[in-house]
Amino acid sequence: MLSAYREIVKFLLLVAIVLLLPLLIQEGYLLNVMVFVGIHSILALALNLLLGYAGQISLGHAGFFGLGAYISGILTATYSINPWAAMLAAATLVTLLAFIVGFPILKLKGHYLAMATLGLGIIIYIIFNEAVDHTGGPSGLSGIPNLSLGGFSFDSDLRNYYLIWTFTLVAIGLSLNLVNSRIGRALRAIHDSEVAARVMGVNARLLKVQIFALSAGLSAVAGSLYAHTMTFVAPASFGFNFSVELVTMVIIGGLASIYGSLLGAALLTVLPEMLRAFQDYDIIVYGLLLIVITMFMPGGLVKGLPGVLTALRRKAAKEESGDA
Amino acid sequence: MELADQIAQYLVSGLSTGAIYALIGIGFAIIYNSTDIINFAQGELVMLGGMFTLFSLNVLHLPLPLAILFAVAAATAVGVLFERLTIRPLKSPTPLALIIITIGGSILIRGITMMIGGKDTHAIPAFSGSEPILIGTATILPQHLWIFALTALAITANKLFFEYTITGKAMRACAVNRRAAGLVGIDVKRMVLFSFAISSALGSLAGIIVAPLTMTSYDVGIMLGLKGFCAAIIGGLSGGIGTVLGGLLLGVLESLGAGLISSGYKDAIAFIILLLILFIRPQGLFTKAQTERV
Repeated sequence: MLSAYREIVKFLLLVAIVLLLPLLIQEGYLLNVMVFVGIHSILALALNLLLGYAGQISLGHAGFFGLGAYISGILTATYSINPWAAMLAAATLVTLLAFIVGFPILKLKGHYLAMATLGLGIIIYIIFNEAVDHTGGPSGLSGIPNLSLGGFSFDSDLRNYYLIWTFTLVAIGLSLNLVNSRIGRALRAIHDSEVAARVMGVNARLLKVQIFALSAGLSAVAGSLYAHTMTFVAPASFGFNFSVELVTMVIIGGLASIYGSLLGAALLTVLPEMLRAFQDYDIIVYGLLLIVITMFMPGGLVKGLPGVLTALRRKAAKEESGDA
Repeated sequence: MELADQIAQYLVSGLSTGAIYALIGIGFAIIYNSTDIINFAQGELVMLGGMFTLFSLNVLHLPLPLAILFAVAAATAVGVLFERLTIRPLKSPTPLALIIITIGGSILIRGITMMIGGKDTHAIPAFSGSEPILIGTATILPQHLWIFALTALAITANKLFFEYTITGKAMRACAVNRRAAGLVGIDVKRMVLFSFAISSALGSLAGIIVAPLTMTSYDVGIMLGLKGFCAAIIGGLSGGIGTVLGGLLLGVLESLGAGLISSGYKDAIAFIILLLILFIRPQGLFTKAQTERV
């Protein structure tokens, strides 16, 4: 019970930070960065459910994100459908699509799964570029309306900030709930040993597909939010590099750590802003981070840093006792 | 007759790109068979082949044959270094960790190349002119002939190495059963290093011989690498004829698809084939199911 209580306190603390942050940062640019941190957090969270908890890799999540953005964008900009309805349609369609392709794809393991999801992501990316009549091709799709509630339109940085972070907090709350439930335990069992999980009566195959579909659907919601806040989408945002960036966020923050995803998303969103001077070279930093974290801190920052600190402290203590 | 002419032309260009895919695919297979690693950085070594050739032609002013040798050696050194620095020291080599590390490596190699060499696309001169040769109704470039000849040479040399040398046999033993190979005194770690060296050499060679046709830049590695992998999958990850056939088949299908259906979706064809094969026949088109790949 105590741990449940602590979880709630942690979550409420996060809610408070999110609510109060705009008091500190009022500048439009920083708020805009925080909007992206929110969207990326949802994506990292979605991928972490699949990668961290179920242990199944996807190198195609940028594709699901993009599908969400494009479905929402096309339905509203071309067919003038209500943005909320478009978001719902995007989420439903992408979840359904992922559920269907999930059955053959998740039969694969390890490197094969990585390559198959990568292939799927690239096919989706190519469609964004080539279906010019619907997507506008490489130059993108513009004129996507903002979301609005009654007469209240989410058209400023501050409004978007609260809109996005409401979704992000809901996603975090749902994920926390999910991973601490029976399903979460079953997922971790699959991660550790699929055979053992099956023996214990977990329908591993179905559960993996379901979590894949959920993860893709959540990414589509993030895509839809992205389309309605940016009011413009272009294929370049949904390529293979972005899929890798998402995996990097999850790995840096920590596999199977909800708050880790938040940290990873924040780091990888703020870092490039700070590395602006380096332009495209930020990709080198990602590459290094991926290698270094996997080699030396396989649990990610959230689990790794405390370990490093205790090790340092222990070393310091040992040196002290050695001196004496 | 015109359609038949066109198809003949597509076949020629398809077979030559297919040969390239085959070389890259064999590189994937060699590493996979000795380590169970799919090296996501394989495509970057292909790219390095082209870029190092460019460097030795334009900066070192080497004659072409020397430039090619230098490029293969340099790319092989990068591949070997990559294995030594990142893969060998790995404490818990889970599939996920290996995927992430080789992806990280590929990003790093690509990024550093971009930083040093810039983002421009460069042309490399054809090995012996670009006067088309007429064969029947199709024309063929001298570079196509180079591609066929060098690919055949590399694959034969590779085959002979694995069949008839002690080191080659030791590497095959590692592929069959790593622990047993270790027990009979084979230095498994060394064989892993060799497998990275050979596949880097093959990959960079592929990158070099295709560069005069397609130009080269820091980012050509992603697509070439993935298609090489696709060839290897069609061939059931065999280090031999299966992957060669897979590469040729992929090259021809892609070229026909691009010519007859839509050039914009050309790259999608390879990935649709990849997904179909993985879904339906993950053991490859030409092999019987033997090892568990799914």
